[in-house]
This record gives sequence, C-alpha cells and structure tokens, in this order.
Amino acid sequence: MSACCNDDPRIHDIKSKIRVVPNFPKPGIMFQDITTLLLDPKTFKNTVDLFVERYKNKNISVVAGIEARGFIFGPPIALAIGAKFVPLRKPRKLPGEVISEEYTLEYGRDCLEMHIGAVEPDERALVVDDLIATGGTLCAAMNLLERAGAEVVECACLIELPDLKVNLLSQNFT
Amino acid sequence: MFAAENGLKGDPRLQAISQAIRVIPHFPKQGIMFQDITTLLLNHKAFKDTVDIFVDRYRDMGISVVAGIEARGFMFGPSIALAIGAKFIPLRKPGKLPGEVISQAYELEYGTDCLEMHVGAVLPGERTVVIDDLVATGGTLSAAINLLERMEAEVVECACVIGLSDLKGKRKLHGKPLYILVEPREIEDCC
Repeated sequence: MSACCNDDPRIHDIKSKIRVVPNFPKPGIMFQDITTLLLDPKTFKNTVDLFVERYKNKNISVVAGIEARGFIFGPPIALAIGAKFVPLRKPRKLPGEVISEEYTLEYGRDCLEMHIGAVEPDERALVVDDLIATGGTLCAAMNLLERAGAEVVECACLIELPDLKVNLLSQNFT
Repeated sequence: MFAAENGLKGDPRLQAISQAIRVIPHFPKQGIMFQDITTLLLNHKAFKDTVDIFVDRYRDMGISVVAGIEARGFMFGPSIALAIGAKFIPLRKPGKLPGEVISQAYELEYGTDCLEMHVGAVLPGERTVVIDDLVATGGTLSAAINLLERMEAEVVECACVIGLSDLKGKRKLHGKPLYILVEPREIEDCC
C-alpha cells in the first residue's frame, strides 16, 4: 500500500520538494534527495503531520528510525505521538550492549544494531526511514524489533521506489 | 553558557534530563566516559523537555536555519526547527550529501575529519543555530560554524545538550555563543 492519502494536496507539494540527483552514489542511480524538502519548513511540517495523523491513535509506544535519514523524521513523529525514539544504527556506533541484524546489499552485506533494553516485549512499534528500495534495511529493522519482542505495526517511508521488487516480511508498509 | 546559569537555575527539567542520560565507561576507548543520549530519547517527557527548552530560547530570535551535526544532531535539530518555523540543514560526513557541497576539515585527537554542507542550503544573512548532542573540544562545532559563515550566514548560537564543565563560566566557544543544558555525569551518579 502506498500513498496513504493520494488526494491530499500536501502530497503533491512534498513530491515536488524532493530533489533528484542523477548518478549518485554511482552511475545509473537517480538519488532521491530529501534535504531540499527540509529546507521548506511548511512542507517538512506537512510531511511529519501526515505521519502523525496516521499513527497518533494506534497506541504506538516506539518509533524506530534507521540511521541516518530516519533520525530526521522519526523523532518529531515520536514526540508528537507520545512515543519513545529508538535509533537503529550502523555497527559500533551505539555504546551499550546491542543486538545486531545482518542484511544483504547489492554487493556484500551490512548490519544494523539496536540497544538491548530500548524496546520491551509487546510494545507496538513503527519503523521510519526516508526511502524504501528493496526493503532489505527495513526487514533488518523489523527483525531487530521482533527479536526484542515488540510488534511492528507498520513501516513508514516518504519515498518508495516503484521499479524495485520489494520483499517484505510484514503485511503493511506505507 | 549553561542553562542553569542563564534563567533556568533550579529548573527540575534539567535534573531529569541529566539523569536520563546514561554513562558508558571506556567507550569508544579506555578512559572515555561516554555520555549516551539514547536513554534520554526513551524518556518521552525528558526528550520533549529538552526540545522545548531550546525552542523556548530560539523561537523569538529570528532564527531561519537550524543546522544539525551528523548523526546525533539529527535527533534534536529537526524537532527544534519544526517548532520555530526554521529550515533544517544536515551537516554530514564526507560523501553522504548527494548534491554540490562545501567541505571543512577539522582536527581529531589523532588525525582529521571533515564536515560537509550542501551549497545553496543556507542564504547570505540567514540567522542560524548549530545543534549537536555534546560539545567537548568544540572542533566539530567550529567546522560547522565555518561552513555556515563561508556561505555568509550568521551563526547566532551553538546549542548542545551536554557540555564539558571546562566550559562553565564561558559564554563563547571560538567566538560564538554556546548554550548547554547539562554537564557530563560520572558513573557513580547513575541511577
């Protein structure tokens, strides 16, 4: 499922504020740059508001954001809906005891980590990132939360790349 | 300057914020008492109070830009920017920003690192605040100030949740006003 509210006038404005940078980080990739959206306070606010409206009455107690652009959108959502924010980070960035989840990249593997104790069993969680491509990173994020006993209610992203085959464990994503 | 020295003396929010920060000894290496703000982010009230204190300070100062230093500055900066109607600019490690950038090198204890900002993100004359979770030597903040000033923005203040107590009594860091909420804690203070 994508575009929670296609008819919402705010969506068109959000799309128009995302800059496409060709051939970054390598030839052939059309990079979706959200930093230009962050330069427009009204549009940035609309982006956060759209997510807050969707999640505020769903009893979500955890918003997990994926390093690093998930750290930009996740905390404002968490604050607005009364949830805690949990950063999911690249290896060796988190100082305390962590659990790790490996995932596959186009070439090679990477790893996502979460602090032990950040999330408690049966907490309802939302995962936030700026963009979903294959869903590999989001799957790693969901696995971390589920290993801690949380229930992943949904994954929320600003941008979905339509041409890539998405393979998600969870039923829902926005 | 520390918030407690500037209008917030005895504010119970500051004590709660301080106590919500976890100290991890010997990370990333021996001898360093790492100030872990992830536990602050797990405490909704303390996290909200942190943001609110900065928002209350900056909302009437005509600030149009909040610049956050990767990656923990990203956890605080955007919420402040949204509340005061400012834009948010991420200052990032090399090779992360996709568009045309300017770069500023700065010194680490061993070696150098580099901070980058998108060209065109900030306009000349814009009043800016730089935000990070912690200030130690001020090297990273200085690099951030340089990037903004090279684009002819005005850095009004640097804001950090945690600042070393060497900075107590000092109002400025490298010529720029500095605003800090709490000092680092020792391991014995941990609850």
